[in-house]
Amino acid sequence: MKSFKKFTSSVVSLPRTNVDTDMIIPAQYLTSVSRSGYGENLFRRLRDEESDFPLNLEKNKKSKILLVDDNFGCGSSREHAVWALMSWGFKAIIGKGFADIFKSNSGKNGLVLIELPAETIDSFFSRAKSEVLNITVDLFNQKITEENQTSYSFSFDPFQKQCILEGLDDIAYLLKYKKDITTYRNSKEVKRYYKTSKANF
Amino acid sequence: MSLTLFEKIWNEHIVREEKGYPTIFAIDFMLLHEVTSAQAFDTIRERGIPLFDKDRLLATLDHSIPTRKNRLKIFNESARIQVDTLRKNVKEFNIPFYDYGKGQGIVHVIGPEYGLTQPGMTIVCGDSHTSTHGAFGALSFGIGTSEVATVLATGCLLQKKPKTMRVEFRGSFNPGVYAKDAILKLIQTIGIGGANGHVIEYTGEAIRNMRMDERMTICNMSIECGARAGLIAPDEITFEYLKEKRFSPKNDKWQEACNYWNSLKSDTGCKYDTEVTINLNNLKPIVTWGTNPEEGLEIDQTIPKLSDLSQEKKTSLEKSLSYMGLTAGKKIEGTKIQWAFLGSCTNGRIEDLRIAAEILKGNKVHKNVTFYVVPGSETVREQAIKEGLDKIFKTAGADFRMPGCSMCLGMNDDKVPAKERCISSSNRNFIGRQGPGSRTHLASPATVAASAIEGKIINCEKYLS
Repeated sequence: MKSFKKFTSSVVSLPRTNVDTDMIIPAQYLTSVSRSGYGENLFRRLRDEESDFPLNLEKNKKSKILLVDDNFGCGSSREHAVWALMSWGFKAIIGKGFADIFKSNSGKNGLVLIELPAETIDSFFSRAKSEVLNITVDLFNQKITEENQTSYSFSFDPFQKQCILEGLDDIAYLLKYKKDITTYRNSKEVKRYYKTSKANF
Repeated sequence: MSLTLFEKIWNEHIVREEKGYPTIFAIDFMLLHEVTSAQAFDTIRERGIPLFDKDRLLATLDHSIPTRKNRLKIFNESARIQVDTLRKNVKEFNIPFYDYGKGQGIVHVIGPEYGLTQPGMTIVCGDSHTSTHGAFGALSFGIGTSEVATVLATGCLLQKKPKTMRVEFRGSFNPGVYAKDAILKLIQTIGIGGANGHVIEYTGEAIRNMRMDERMTICNMSIECGARAGLIAPDEITFEYLKEKRFSPKNDKWQEACNYWNSLKSDTGCKYDTEVTINLNNLKPIVTWGTNPEEGLEIDQTIPKLSDLSQEKKTSLEKSLSYMGLTAGKKIEGTKIQWAFLGSCTNGRIEDLRIAAEILKGNKVHKNVTFYVVPGSETVREQAIKEGLDKIFKTAGADFRMPGCSMCLGMNDDKVPAKERCISSSNRNFIGRQGPGSRTHLASPATVAASAIEGKIINCEKYLS
């Protein structure tokens, strides 16, 4: 995972609730065995069906921030959704709320999810209809700032923040506690009734 | 202190807790399939990390494989590479693997049927419907591929403690109404984000009276209202199901296990963060009309009228209806279908096939309908053949196929064509879920079978003897 740096970008607005991971990357495009190359099929169905879908518009193609409504990323656990958003170029998503597994997957890849109150998001949506919103995302200070210097703070899980800022991952963290894991396993083996390689036929 | 079932399992699996850090949480068992594992194996291979414990893993094929008779040949090149990659990985890491002919099936069907899923365990898989295993009182949830790699490497995950929700199902089912209708009713009631951040425990008389397959259908769709997991406390019905299964404890270990499993219930006076009650007494069969699982109706109800809604909801409803080719204010019953699908980790078990076969017996699938019957596993398929269900399906004109996820998500060749309509026993009616432009109506196996006969969405009750 690359470490996260403060950045400024225009915002693409996607004002619909319950955007599921099937919309973000349809199942047909999950047959790859690599982590890259999913960006071209990001929102593939919607881009094919709706000519005015925001990602089809030339002015939005370079944006690194996606503005979304509530319960974004619901449905399937496919991490490919996060890979697709990131390989398209998104580095942060600002919205009212995110589904649990999507949130977890985003954290593991360094995609920053920013939750703000519904009123703030709604006002962004309505302004985005007529103006270009340029926003600076500062994870270290947990705030986003508009061009006119209006800023909004957001809450963020401290452990995840540290991981994203420093580019650390769970495996490296857990391997530091290998001893605790072994001790735990040794004390609990009594409640383990099978080994998958040895079926009790 | 009074604890919930969730808290008991949670506490048992804490490896390390430190303030300001997520809990190091032990995972007892992980299922692997071809779609969400390749990149995880790459991670541990590239970093030279050995497997934590192969005896806590089991792999199979389900998502992208064909379900036609001759399923060895996969025409889609990338799907073929994906399947070959899993075969190579399980060989390299020496992981137990249920390939074709060796007990293959949908991960969430084979876990329970071999007794791999047991009360009190923690189970994960790179698939959101891992919540299915909660029917046994096992804390089970879907994870992404990075976390699959983490479990391969460490047998643990970093977790924040979720909130708890109790859902009580009161009353009993009317004829023609099933567990699938009950869970669709819950999702309709609390919405598809209604349980975000929560683990649901299902309680109530209706749950206690359910068979294990019905409990699995309920827990399976917990994710469709956003829950991390669904849980049901184990009881005699659970133990009866598990007894003599391939991986179940045997001899004196059996009694020891039952004693422990019996302790896995919520204490009187325990507290949940949220409580919901659903009354089943007057419930009718449910069918979805829209493009997410909360957009459901009882069979005799009408699709919402635009005039009843706020501006924001209006736009979303118009989008759903235009995609689905339906009209606001009209009844869902009588809508013509071209496809029917019986299968998936939600409703692809032998009991589901029995219910559908009972309805199809002596009837014919409507001439305008293609009906795919896809058993959840090789074991389910063999059992169906043993009971002669395959003959009933074939005589009725349904296509009895090989096991896999199939038309639930259309990753393989099994797709509903654009603008065609499918009544489906699966779990998601998202835009394009069953193929680009496909229109999905979620329903119970009984509603699927009865609607397939009539070529339109109908109340299955009249086909029940």
